[in-house]
Amino acid sequence: MSNSLNLDQATCSEIRDAVRGKKVSAVEVTNHFQSRVKTLDPKINAFVSINEKAEEAAKAVDEKIARGEDPGILAGIPMAVKDLLCTKGLKTTASSKMLANFIPPYSATVVKRLEAAGAVTLGKTSLDEFAMGSSNENAATGPVRNPWNPEYVPGGSSGGSAAAIAARMAPGAIGTDTGGSIRQPASFCGLFGMKPTYGRVSRYGIIAFASSLDQAGPMALSTKDCALILEAISGSCEFDSTSASIEVPKWSEILTDDVKGLRIGLPKEYFAESMDADVERVTQEAIAALKDRGAEIVEVSLPLVKHAVPVYYLVATSEASSNLARYDGMRYGHRTADAAGADLDEVYSRSRGEGFGSEVKRRIMLGTYALSSGYYDAFYQKASQVRRLIRNEFLQAFESCDVILSPVSTTPAFKVGERINDPLQMYLNDIFTTSTNLAGLPGMSVPAGYSASGLPIGVQLMGRHFDEARMFNVSLALENALGAVKARRPHVI
Amino acid sequence: MINNGKKSTSTGAAATLDVKAVEKVAELSRLQLSQNEIETIAGQLSAVLQSFEQLQAVDTNGVEPLVTPTELSVRFREDVAVKVEDVELFLANAPARSGRLFKVPPVV
Repeated sequence: MSNSLNLDQATCSEIRDAVRGKKVSAVEVTNHFQSRVKTLDPKINAFVSINEKAEEAAKAVDEKIARGEDPGILAGIPMAVKDLLCTKGLKTTASSKMLANFIPPYSATVVKRLEAAGAVTLGKTSLDEFAMGSSNENAATGPVRNPWNPEYVPGGSSGGSAAAIAARMAPGAIGTDTGGSIRQPASFCGLFGMKPTYGRVSRYGIIAFASSLDQAGPMALSTKDCALILEAISGSCEFDSTSASIEVPKWSEILTDDVKGLRIGLPKEYFAESMDADVERVTQEAIAALKDRGAEIVEVSLPLVKHAVPVYYLVATSEASSNLARYDGMRYGHRTADAAGADLDEVYSRSRGEGFGSEVKRRIMLGTYALSSGYYDAFYQKASQVRRLIRNEFLQAFESCDVILSPVSTTPAFKVGERINDPLQMYLNDIFTTSTNLAGLPGMSVPAGYSASGLPIGVQLMGRHFDEARMFNVSLALENALGAVKARRPHVI
Repeated sequence: MINNGKKSTSTGAAATLDVKAVEKVAELSRLQLSQNEIETIAGQLSAVLQSFEQLQAVDTNGVEPLVTPTELSVRFREDVAVKVEDVELFLANAPARSGRLFKVPPVV
């Protein structure tokens, strides 16, 4: 193996270049990360299952290279995949007892595209059950630990993917984001995490939570890695009619950190309220860094974003109550053992009562209530109307700025167990991320600093619909300006 | 209409969910819950709904609900059957089966 490539620090792009340049084999890379998973995951609990065929896939990449064929833009990069994406022949659980033994007959489009681009699926990572949660504590396999401090949560719902990268058990990962589930764990674990524009990435084969909000996206150690992975997974898909038939730019090649003259919008409503001191300091430092590089800082107004949490939770749970109706214990999934003498409705109710965890039950209940006769107008319909107004405010704000900057979460990572019994408080922390999904905009978390106790804190960037490019440029400018941020390492490594 | 513990507010939204209302929603959701779960959920969802009351203050008169966030054009495809993957892979996930059929509890 080349001495110049340290796999515990290397980005996906560096690994890819080394594999293509035959400085290291894809099999060696895969074995390295497999052995780190074996050593470190008992402490972190990020993986739900390991892909036994990973080495075989890596070998196929090496053989392609040996034959002089194009091994793809992600050649030899081991990827951790959130256990919400179907992987043919590899158990996919959504971190739920309901799907504890589910083996998908097909792979999600995202997984197929990763593999077609030469990536190696290392394993499946833990999440809050059915992606419902912000701490990765609601998982059938138990809480995931934050590698920066194992007493703290990694965030959620893509907490397993985030923790896997932070502990360098994988150089890159796929998460999904319905209301912040890529960006918040990326912030808590010191990573780049990106939610694409709604429609950019096919949802086919991704276990549905809220269909009008869900998007899959990359989590990685650099802006360029996010750009590269997004290139591989984006684009129209015949099996998802909401996937957009719009050109996919080669972001990793057009990336620049030149932000001179770019207008960065700061929503005054986000900055008016009192903020966690660490979050405020880190956010202000990021703003100053962009100003130093010639960006123009402008104030924008989003008066209705203060309602984003209720709108989000009403829309998301309504859609979830419908999407999760499919888990009836008939064709797949958990069926109660206590079915003797029970009628069909009782079998449904028992199977679902046993198979779903408490947060999923709570959300199905909230959604069912919001859609029920007599309450539809006051809840689901009202929320959908305010959703349009929020989207309109963003479109208007983007007339006077190019990229919007805000915090990702109200606080850095919190302790395991600290908020689990107070769902409302957990929900209210999603104030900065949920509006992006409601409006369908691309959003990203960029590592920007640390709390006084040494936990990572990210800042959020949001772009216009299908304008991931400018967002990536601002991300790269921050990455280059805040070099010291990148140098810190988590405790568990 | 679900019977609520509290009378509806002037805006039509219900601020609290009592145990009876939770039981009704659980039935609609096909979720068997323990008495303990019902009481916990009643308290938690009441707190959530009270916090969400703020929405009623937003003027949405004449606003078209937004149900999907980007402008999408309807895409059509030919209505032809395509052969999917191996049927056995689908049946292998069945909680109970009889040959090539899914076995379900008696319905009638």
